[in-house]
Amino acid sequence: MVKSGTLILHTAARILMPLQLLFSVFLLLRGHDEPGGGFIAGLVAAGAFTLYLFAFGVSATREVLRMVDPRDLIGMGLLFGMISVFPAWFVDQPFLTAQWWTIPGVDFYASTPLIFDIGVYLAVLGSVLAMVMTLMEVDKDEP
Amino acid sequence: MMQLAVLSGFVLAAFAPLLHRWFGGRASFVLAAFPAALALWFLAQVPTVMRGEVLFLELDWVPSLGMSLSFVIDGLALLFALLITVIGTFVLIYAGGYLKGHRDLVRFHIVILAFMVSMLGLVLADGLLTLFVFWELTSITSYLLIGFSHADIEARKSARQGLFVTFAGGLALMAGLVLLGNLGGSWSLAEINAGGIDLREHDLYLPMLLCLLLAAFTKSAQFPFHFWLPNAMAAPTPVSAYLHSATMVKAGIYLLARLQPSLGGTEAWVGILSVVGALTMFTGAFLAIRHTNIKKMLAYSTVMALGTLTMLLGIGTEGALITFVTFLLAHSLYKGALFMVAGILDHETGTKDITAMGGLRPLMPVTAVVAIIAALSLAGAPPLFGFIAKEMMFEAALEADAFGWLVLLLAFVSAFLTIAVAAIIALRPFFGERRATPRVAHEAPLSMLLGPACLAALSLLLGVVPVIAGMGVLTAAASAVMGEPVTVYLSLWHGINLPLIMSIVTLALGYLLFKRWDRVRAHLARLDPVMARGPEAGYEAFMHWITVVSEWQTRILQNGYMRNYILVMVLVLIALLGNSLLLRHPLEIAFELDVRFHEVVVVAMMVLGALFAAVARSRLSAVVSVGIMGFSIALTFILFSAPDLGITQLLVETLTVILLVLVLFRLPRFASLSTPLERVRDVLVAGSVGVLVTLLILTAWGIDQFVPISEYMIENSVPLAHGRNIVNVILVDYRSLDTLGEIFVLALAAIGVIAMLKLRAPVRPAKPTAQEKESSHG
Repeated sequence: MVKSGTLILHTAARILMPLQLLFSVFLLLRGHDEPGGGFIAGLVAAGAFTLYLFAFGVSATREVLRMVDPRDLIGMGLLFGMISVFPAWFVDQPFLTAQWWTIPGVDFYASTPLIFDIGVYLAVLGSVLAMVMTLMEVDKDEP
Repeated sequence: MMQLAVLSGFVLAAFAPLLHRWFGGRASFVLAAFPAALALWFLAQVPTVMRGEVLFLELDWVPSLGMSLSFVIDGLALLFALLITVIGTFVLIYAGGYLKGHRDLVRFHIVILAFMVSMLGLVLADGLLTLFVFWELTSITSYLLIGFSHADIEARKSARQGLFVTFAGGLALMAGLVLLGNLGGSWSLAEINAGGIDLREHDLYLPMLLCLLLAAFTKSAQFPFHFWLPNAMAAPTPVSAYLHSATMVKAGIYLLARLQPSLGGTEAWVGILSVVGALTMFTGAFLAIRHTNIKKMLAYSTVMALGTLTMLLGIGTEGALITFVTFLLAHSLYKGALFMVAGILDHETGTKDITAMGGLRPLMPVTAVVAIIAALSLAGAPPLFGFIAKEMMFEAALEADAFGWLVLLLAFVSAFLTIAVAAIIALRPFFGERRATPRVAHEAPLSMLLGPACLAALSLLLGVVPVIAGMGVLTAAASAVMGEPVTVYLSLWHGINLPLIMSIVTLALGYLLFKRWDRVRAHLARLDPVMARGPEAGYEAFMHWITVVSEWQTRILQNGYMRNYILVMVLVLIALLGNSLLLRHPLEIAFELDVRFHEVVVVAMMVLGALFAAVARSRLSAVVSVGIMGFSIALTFILFSAPDLGITQLLVETLTVILLVLVLFRLPRFASLSTPLERVRDVLVAGSVGVLVTLLILTAWGIDQFVPISEYMIENSVPLAHGRNIVNVILVDYRSLDTLGEIFVLALAAIGVIAMLKLRAPVRPAKPTAQEKESSHG
């Protein structure tokens, strides 16, 4: 059903996708202080890939994703989420207590909430992409 | 850090496959070092505990929920811990021989180690909730072990039966422990037993007691739940020797003994425990006689022993409680040995039917000696440890106040039945004429003889020199059950008294029964139709009705029509909301109209979108109308300064449209399927939920019952969570556990979509697929 799009869509998708992805990372990183965060960023990134999907089809998108299957993204997201649970344990605090580390030299704070947010980002991106791509592939299989 | 040492067994279980790769068949011995080391540690604690001290190893787990991983090592816990680790060591070594070359030996090791740790946790735990967790873990691991030969349908069925019965008890246990924790004012067993609050006087004492008793009775196979235990013999024999004689089935008994100081002694406690225990004791002994399968006989005699232990707790006098710990130790020693002997016989002869064996003594001399010693202890013949336990049991039964004659009668009958069982097990396979067995019998390997031989030797040693046991753990254990210090003095010779005379009479009667066993069994076979209507038939009927009811309610509630789901959900909402809003609460509507023009526009758009969606004649226009509504909601969020929600709503709406476009062409024709009458009903339902929710919002506006939690979050967002975006701080910090759960749900949803669309089962013959699934779940 979804055919490769028109010239305008092609060109737009090619330019917009990297921008959207960049924007999603931006949203992810600033999320703790300004509007944004893992969930929103994940949705934006999923939107970017979906746009590309609509323009170029499933196989092209798989190539862009290279080795990464959306399903693996889900798993990685959950893994990151779980990883953020444990650091607190090592300093004798209840699970999930946020830990903050200053990285010297750079004005950036690494923290378990950030790791957790990255997990949310990946899980959301993976889930939405997996659903959309599966729907499109099934579509292609059955005329 | 004993807790970590014990829990490290789980880690060891995970590494079992690796150990198998490194050590091959000798992995069993390597793994047996773990319980052996723990056993040494527990042995080293014996002097401390004997002095009457209680070791309290404190460790927090979830302090905010009052959950601790603290271990309490008093006499009772130490006795159990020693049994678990010592017999566990022998069982691991034994299993190395019994399951030698079995392709699933690794799986066996993983599960049995996990079981061992769970069981240790159960008897050492101080926290009620921790105890519950370990309790359930033993049920699960037991399930996996009973169903070890998963290709066998009987094994699967028995495993499921054990699981259902013990899990039903687990639910009761949870209720009972929650009651206990609330009434006792503490979640720590030690604190509850230390007293302060008299639980026996409380109004809720009886319900709490019944819940806890149900849990203990199901776990410890008390009448009428005794049927799962003999069925659990589908497990490999090392499992039966370990779980279903020495350890897990005693968990219920342990719970009762643990609670004896704070809950015991009331009329209900004494009555229920004495009668149920005595009945179980008799049922076990009687059913053991009816069977010829050696493992089933042993299983029923275990039921007998469990009943005896319950009965002794019910009698509850100082003598009875001392007998309780003595009998517990004696039973674990001889029953573990006998089960391992049964496994040797099964392994070497290829049959479990005791009537098919005979004259094996010259072929398996060591096994025969071990079997005879252990069986003598089971029969309660001097000078074995079992004799002391049985003498004391008679003495305690004579002391029983409640239902004294019944208890005494059943104890007497069970005793001589047990003697017959012991004689059959010890003599039938080894003496008489040689019979041809499916496999040519020869002596078992050393690894399989070590365990039973050691246990039988202990039975003999403790019988001849009972002071060791009495001076050792038993005094401390009896004191822990009693709740106050007692002294245990055990001896073989009590003088000529009533118990001794009873012993002699039972020995004679038991011998007679043994001689006429074949004839008695033929007579008993006539009872088969009656037996078929026992408690197990009740279980089967119950399971059948559960299936019927769930099929019926699934057809009605889970019928697969989206419209029905929504209808049911909305109706429930109306019922619950309407009930509390209109009937329980005065309607106070605080209504001030203070709106701006652009807000009115947004709301109007929303209303129009909804109306259009309801009357739209094509699917696309319906989708667009719903989209308008969604974007208006996003606008509302932004207007009321919730940018995060607004952005999320926008993105979700966009993605929804995309997904809808993808499935649009796959949906059936857009048609009106409902009759006008149904439409009227839908309008009514939708209208009333709309009105109710509006009323709710208007009412809620006027009520300020609690201080809003948002104040706290706003104040602490920067100082505590280092973030200025409170929505994000809530998601990833304050409520990160919720979010973690949500991303798992999201992942599950995605997997569900993939599974539904992609993994449509290709047409294949059904049977092999089912088996494949079984084995992969293993």
